[in-house]
Amino acid sequence: MKSGTYIKRTNRPLQLYAVLFLIALYVPVLFLPLFSFNDSIYVKFPLKGFTLQWYIELIDREPVWASLMNSIKVGVTTSIIATGFGIFAAKAITRYRLPGRGPVVGFIMLPLVVPGIIFGVALLVLLSQLGVRLSLYTVTMGHIIVCLPFAIATLIPRFEGFDKSVEEASADLGENAWWTFWRVTFPMVFPGILASLLLTFTVSFDEFIMAFFLSGTDATLPMYIWSQLRFPQSFPSILAMASIILLVSFILVFLGQWINRGAQSGSLESE
Amino acid sequence: MTKNNAFISFQNVNKFFGKFQAINDVSLDIDHGEFFSLLGSSGCGKTTLLRMLAGFEGVSSGEIYIDGQPMSGVPPHHRPVNMVFQNYAIFPHLNVRDNIAYGLRKQKLSRTKRYEMVDEMLELIKLPEYGDRKATQLSGGQRQRIALARALILKPKVLLLDEPLGALDKQLREQMQLELRALQKTVGITFVFVTHDQEEALTLSDRIAVMSEGCDLQVDTPTRLYENPVSRKVASFIGTMNFFDGTVMSIKDGNAVLKVDGLGEVSAPAGTVPLLAGNTVSVAIRPEKFLLSNKKPAGAQCSVKGQLNNAAYLGERSHYYVSIEGVPQPVAVSAQNRDRAKEAEGQSRPVWLSWDSTAIVVLKDV
Repeated sequence: MKSGTYIKRTNRPLQLYAVLFLIALYVPVLFLPLFSFNDSIYVKFPLKGFTLQWYIELIDREPVWASLMNSIKVGVTTSIIATGFGIFAAKAITRYRLPGRGPVVGFIMLPLVVPGIIFGVALLVLLSQLGVRLSLYTVTMGHIIVCLPFAIATLIPRFEGFDKSVEEASADLGENAWWTFWRVTFPMVFPGILASLLLTFTVSFDEFIMAFFLSGTDATLPMYIWSQLRFPQSFPSILAMASIILLVSFILVFLGQWINRGAQSGSLESE
Repeated sequence: MTKNNAFISFQNVNKFFGKFQAINDVSLDIDHGEFFSLLGSSGCGKTTLLRMLAGFEGVSSGEIYIDGQPMSGVPPHHRPVNMVFQNYAIFPHLNVRDNIAYGLRKQKLSRTKRYEMVDEMLELIKLPEYGDRKATQLSGGQRQRIALARALILKPKVLLLDEPLGALDKQLREQMQLELRALQKTVGITFVFVTHDQEEALTLSDRIAVMSEGCDLQVDTPTRLYENPVSRKVASFIGTMNFFDGTVMSIKDGNAVLKVDGLGEVSAPAGTVPLLAGNTVSVAIRPEKFLLSNKKPAGAQCSVKGQLNNAAYLGERSHYYVSIEGVPQPVAVSAQNRDRAKEAEGQSRPVWLSWDSTAIVVLKDV
């Protein structure tokens, strides 16, 4: 390592910084699983003992399952629609001469930086003006807005990552735009699509503010968690649930990143 | 229908990208079965012309005909042409076999028939047994052959090649040139080939169009392009050329007598350019048409004395640079080293240059 090239030298201070950064980021989060296995309803040190009681209790609760199903329904629908829109948007942005491309991309990415509470209130006002009843559909709508920038940000590098002459080659070999999309573009961006589905599902699944403003009588999982925070005796179970969500979210996002890692990793048979 | 019976015909084609004129009133005809090259430096419009033929760029005005059919408004996937792209544009998600079979979908063939055709193609491009390889595992030369096979399997009327040999190293390129030429003879398809490499164009083509700044300067066979260029631009683009300023003294029986700076009074074939006595002209002579000698040659038609001031030894031949009084640039002379070259050959000394009158090309632009 001592004889490394200039650019690849190891840099001790930077390594230390990276380690401290990760600790600051994740240690607070790690308290959740830690206390979810603690044999006490009070979240405080010292730890009492190991138990799976809170996880078992979770399984027996009816509303947990109902809200979980709601969240999955909303998440799946959101991820499919947001990714679908994202594909068209990313193709348009990367492939066609678009007047005012910069501002258009900026506006699409805006929900990333505009506070969710503003979008939530705005949509709530709009929907109540239109007389739309709040339901899981309105939550899904809000989530699509939140997730679209994530989908596009994931897909654009994929579309930019391959040479547009392969699309020209397909046209040259006799395929029209539709078939070119399905035989060339789609398989080549497919890892990006999978990654986008996983990421947008995760974002939707964990989203609280939009759901809070836009849901009717059916609660999503984050809303159920929030409603249970008032009851001290159910708190350890919430910790258990949060731990599970954390683990699943982490796996999904990690999987998405892994699928989308290389530009040429997608190899699919064209039969 | 076209006015003539050329297989491909560009008629007064113009192309603008915004205000920039990429193609300037190009009209040229390509015959059936011809190996036709578009030659020019980068930015001369040769690739644009090819992409217009393929349908990737529209014409701003004028019309392109292929086999008698006007091509305006015909999208790429309906044109009877196939293209080999500069970077080959191999589909990275497909294996070699599926790459080659890509264009066969519409023909609704059975899988066996399709694979039979692919195997035939693999045989033709000398890559049998490669069908199951991933396209990403191939070398540059192999990709180039796959791109060729993928286009040729559709039996196009015209094959377009956009600098397909540019990315290959010298040895492989020379081998592929021979193979390409042989392949074209075998399949009998019209090839339109874009290149900036004049040697490549001269080796491969039946005819070449030399392009510059969106115009076609001369369309001719390799031999005529080299021996009888019509303008200074073409003469200096193809190979090396020495230019002298001169004036026409008289014309008699297809021979011109010229007064040339530095060379004195010389006679030359008047050629195809209409000349009048009193015209100022450029007189061009190729380096290898000069004969270099240490003494005044006895039998030569024309000769001039000069001072050798530089020489470059290139193995099978040497380049000499001779300054002649009255000529601003040193004259380039190339000679085969038929006798063993000696170290002293390059020494500065007085020499004589001689040439045959037929070696002189008279160009009207100065």
